[in-house]
Amino acid sequence: MITMQPDLVEAFMELVRRASTILPVDVEEAIVQARAHEPANSASERALDTILQNIQLAREGSLPICQDTGTPIFEIRYPFGWSTLMLTEHIRKAMREATARSYLRPNAVDSLTGENSGDNTGEGYPTLHFCEWVEDYLHVDLLLKGGGCENVSAQYELPDTRLKAGRDLDGVRRVVLDAVFQAQGKGCPPGVLGIAIGGDRGSSYLKAKQQLLRLLDDENPNSELAALEKQIYHEANALGIGPMGFGGETTVLGVKIGAQHRLPASYFVSIAYMCWANRRTIMNVGPDGKVTYG
Amino acid sequence: MVELTTPISAEEIHALQVGDAVSLNGVIVTGRDAAHKFMVEHFIRQPAMPEEQPLYAELMRLLNGGVIYHCGPVVKKHDDDTCSFVAAGPTTSIREEIYQQDVIAHFNLRGIIGKGGMGPDTLKACQEHAAVYFHAIGGIAPLIAQAVKQILAVHKLEFGIPEAMWVIRVKHFPVIVTMDSHGQSLHERVKWQSQEILTALLE
Ligand code: SF4
Repeated sequence: MITMQPDLVEAFMELVRRASTILPVDVEEAIVQARAHEPANSASERALDTILQNIQLAREGSLPICQDTGTPIFEIRYPFGWSTLMLTEHIRKAMREATARSYLRPNAVDSLTGENSGDNTGEGYPTLHFCEWVEDYLHVDLLLKGGGCENVSAQYELPDTRLKAGRDLDGVRRVVLDAVFQAQGKGCPPGVLGIAIGGDRGSSYLKAKQQLLRLLDDENPNSELAALEKQIYHEANALGIGPMGFGGETTVLGVKIGAQHRLPASYFVSIAYMCWANRRTIMNVGPDGKVTYG
Repeated sequence: MVELTTPISAEEIHALQVGDAVSLNGVIVTGRDAAHKFMVEHFIRQPAMPEEQPLYAELMRLLNGGVIYHCGPVVKKHDDDTCSFVAAGPTTSIREEIYQQDVIAHFNLRGIIGKGGMGPDTLKACQEHAAVYFHAIGGIAPLIAQAVKQILAVHKLEFGIPEAMWVIRVKHFPVIVTMDSHGQSLHERVKWQSQEILTALLE
């Protein structure tokens, strides 16, 4: 069965615009809450105030929230009969258009020549993950992942003797806290930790990034992981690194953990560190071609 | 919040402590790797060549009591040949550590704006020459673009747009003092304190 697949260039362009200029409601709300917990007139309170002002300015002026518009990561679920080649073409066109309209900074650099493609397309850029599903509509998650926080993301191989981290959930807790400590203010905290347990090195990082797509107030269906998320959230904040590393009550806004199978020989823990500019947006396209964002 | 306007006096700098929020106003100059290297090699280690005297005199004037901003702006040129900053966020400061102390001392600089903090040599220079390190907030491109009111001049454009020295007028530029003139570094303090807590959590 071949469906009439709609031209989605404009729709993807709008998805990119929203992702780059409008911070998700739950993230902004978490920053508002965090601000209320910082001491009056502290550097951390001022930093969060400035960030909140900036979020508002970006939304009102349709301007990128941060000068680094990040790596665009698309997670696409499509119904039976859709062409992923065509979706890819639409997304790449939308990237060029969004760059021309300054919703994205030219961010794709040829790793060998150092040349910037100028339009946010290139080899393996943007990142696209396709997966067919049983629903009759298209669902797209877009994450704009900043570079500063990507640089402080980390992967550990358990056991880790330095951190006395064994192959269990306490070991996971230990390495994650170490990663937050090592990052200090360099990943533009307060942000979100996407964590994956298991997999190989590649699938582990992917799973960690996918955790960043979860809403901050969702509940992990696995009760053990749900408890670990809460514990790491409290302990990471107890480190006192604070907004931008200025010291303070809030270093992370959320902790999200996923687990997957692994080889007996390996036990990887990956931490995808996301900055306060936690830009993720959803787009759905119904069987009637109707586009909605959320 | 403390309002400061360039040129800044030594007294105003001594009154600042790490953690203070400051709103900066007045004329500041951008400079990153190429600019720092140039200033040290052409003006500080040896006297300025005759053809570079005018620029040297201009920088002596602008930076006396002034502020250098570690920033590589994205600049948009308009049809009428004027320019404006599209994005002007801070860049990582530690790369200038080998030059910063000499630049502070030679030009009588009162402040540096950047991100990530700097090392012991800069901290020492801040103490000896009444200067501070102002940390800009990472991200916040729209807010900083709004704070840059005017581009007054550009020097050394041959270094490229991000590396050139842009003379700009700012208003209500939000920063936090993270290294003061009393030998304190907020970066060191937070790192040390969080290390203690981490050790306890990993007992
Ligand atoms: S880490 Fe995030 S907030 Fe910081 S500069 Fe990068 S994208 Fe912007």
